[in-house]
Amino acid sequence: MILRLALASLAARALTVAMTIIAIALSVALFLGVEKVRTGAKASFADTISGTDLIVGARSGSVQLLLYSVFRIGNATNNMAWKSYQDIAARTEVDWIVPISLGDSHRQFRVMGTTPEFFDHYKYRSGKSLAMRDGAIIYDLFDAVIGADVATTLGYNIGDPIVVAHGLASFIEHEDQPFRVSGILEKTGTPVDRTVIVSVQAIEAIHVDWQTGAQRPGQATPADIIRQMELEPQAITAALVGVKSRLRVFGLQRSINEYTQEPLLAILPGVALQELWQIVGIAETALIGVSIMVVVTALIGMMATIFSSLNERRREMAIFRAMGARPRVVLGLLVLEAVLMAALGAILGLALLYVGLFVGQPLINSAFGLWLPIEVPTLRELWAMFGVIVAGAIVSMVPAFRAYRMSLADGMMVRI
Amino acid sequence: MPEADTILGLYDVQYRWPGRTSFGLHVPNLTLAPAETVLLLGESGSGKSTLLSLICGTIIAQSGVVSVAGNNIASLSAGKRDRFRAETIGLIFQQFNLLPFASVQDNILLPLQFAPMRRKRVTGLVAEAERLCRALGLPSDIMTARAGALSVGQQQRVAAARALIGTPQLIIADEPTSSLDGTTQATFLQLLFAQSRAHDTTLLMVSHDARLSSQFDRVIQMADIAQTVRGSA
Repeated sequence: MILRLALASLAARALTVAMTIIAIALSVALFLGVEKVRTGAKASFADTISGTDLIVGARSGSVQLLLYSVFRIGNATNNMAWKSYQDIAARTEVDWIVPISLGDSHRQFRVMGTTPEFFDHYKYRSGKSLAMRDGAIIYDLFDAVIGADVATTLGYNIGDPIVVAHGLASFIEHEDQPFRVSGILEKTGTPVDRTVIVSVQAIEAIHVDWQTGAQRPGQATPADIIRQMELEPQAITAALVGVKSRLRVFGLQRSINEYTQEPLLAILPGVALQELWQIVGIAETALIGVSIMVVVTALIGMMATIFSSLNERRREMAIFRAMGARPRVVLGLLVLEAVLMAALGAILGLALLYVGLFVGQPLINSAFGLWLPIEVPTLRELWAMFGVIVAGAIVSMVPAFRAYRMSLADGMMVRI
Repeated sequence: MPEADTILGLYDVQYRWPGRTSFGLHVPNLTLAPAETVLLLGESGSGKSTLLSLICGTIIAQSGVVSVAGNNIASLSAGKRDRFRAETIGLIFQQFNLLPFASVQDNILLPLQFAPMRRKRVTGLVAEAERLCRALGLPSDIMTARAGALSVGQQQRVAAARALIGTPQLIIADEPTSSLDGTTQATFLQLLFAQSRAHDTTLLMVSHDARLSSQFDRVIQMADIAQTVRGSA
């Protein structure tokens, strides 16, 4: 009956109570949403590269190597010699090896030279392979496969010509060697989406008439002559390596790091991703902090509503007291109301989150390549909701205790 | 000291409100016998509310004894006093008696929530609430109505039903008719008397309206039983 009275009392103040519940619901939805995005981002970040056992490049820092080889952020301080690449490829532990050659760009997108095996071995989101949305992988020297974002941003279709610029954001373009779009990849949510992929030979080919960053004066070499040339690269930026047996990863890593011909660095992608996430993680903490503050704000709003209702409800409390309710009952009643509001708010917030996910999931996936799974609430989310309810109870203690003191002083006589 | 045949006794009671509003009340002797109906007449400011609070145990006298149904109120703990009030006393106020958002039925049954003994005396809670409503001339379909939606006269009768349920030994009515018009006033009192006589309940009604005197066993003037104390202590 006390619960029924509490509900009836809430229903009698439906408008303010509804506003309070909506505020709590929105804050809970925001909090849970941020959690979802955060875990989703963390997962998809960790899923950027999988199936690769080692990334090899010139010696620098592991995070730096990861950043330029996988995320195409920043530049390599040095290249690794093609000879070293071949030495590693020849080792018995190595199952497969794919070169990566960076340094050129097309519009705002990086151009990556590699071999067709890249498409077989590059995996993301725990083992997913790259898929073609349109066209085919590289067959010809001047074929280019473009990522989904490149295609949408620049509006390219199969067969469109591409001119590659030397260096990044440079105006010197390799106009003499136009490429052709041979394939467009499906959206992956990885940096591949923003990459133009060509063969390593093609990277060599566009530099045939170039020396130390400047075009050699005189006639450009015609494309058909280039096709007949021996286009073995002198150097590449990095290499992705797969080993035959997982157990031999560390041995291989050590021997690459101790390679005597030139200073090389081999990193485990998972470990480097972890290191990188620790840096990015500060923003994550800030995000959680902000959304917790929003929940706290909503709860303080509820406290304010309860406070402002106290005066008009003095008579109600006096009636309870006259009927023999202890002041403790009055206190309990207010806390119960707060718990009911917080619980309704939390549940409504969860419902809002799911509505938001159903509506937003495809949009977020296509816009940011971030896949937010729709699944039953995790234990963590349930704990968060429980936490909101408990926090609501604690916050309501402040006005409830005031009501307790008021009803002790008023007794059953109220003079208003 | 408490006698066997008094339901209510105040003996040399001194009370002074805390704080600077130095208003105090002194009641040398006031006793009510079981099943007696008493009208307490007094002007506003004569200490009626203080007296009722003393009887109900929401305030405690600094000296003297307040005895209700043989229990010294001051000897009970705060929690026990609240429980004791719920068990022994039915209360009707001048107005705003009911929780406006709750149903009539919940309002009538509310005191039983805090008084297990009184609750045990009632067999069939809803049926008893309905019976009281009928006896007090309320329509039978009123039980599920929101109390706030009723007329003032109906609300006072619901309050009476709430005071009567579970037959408490003492009913205290604080100007229950002052918000009612003449005819409603008369019917209300008739019904209240009929019900309290039927259960041998003691009725203490506080009013400033001397015209009601004829209907009571005994009429007491507030000025005769109590002195108010004003000024600094």
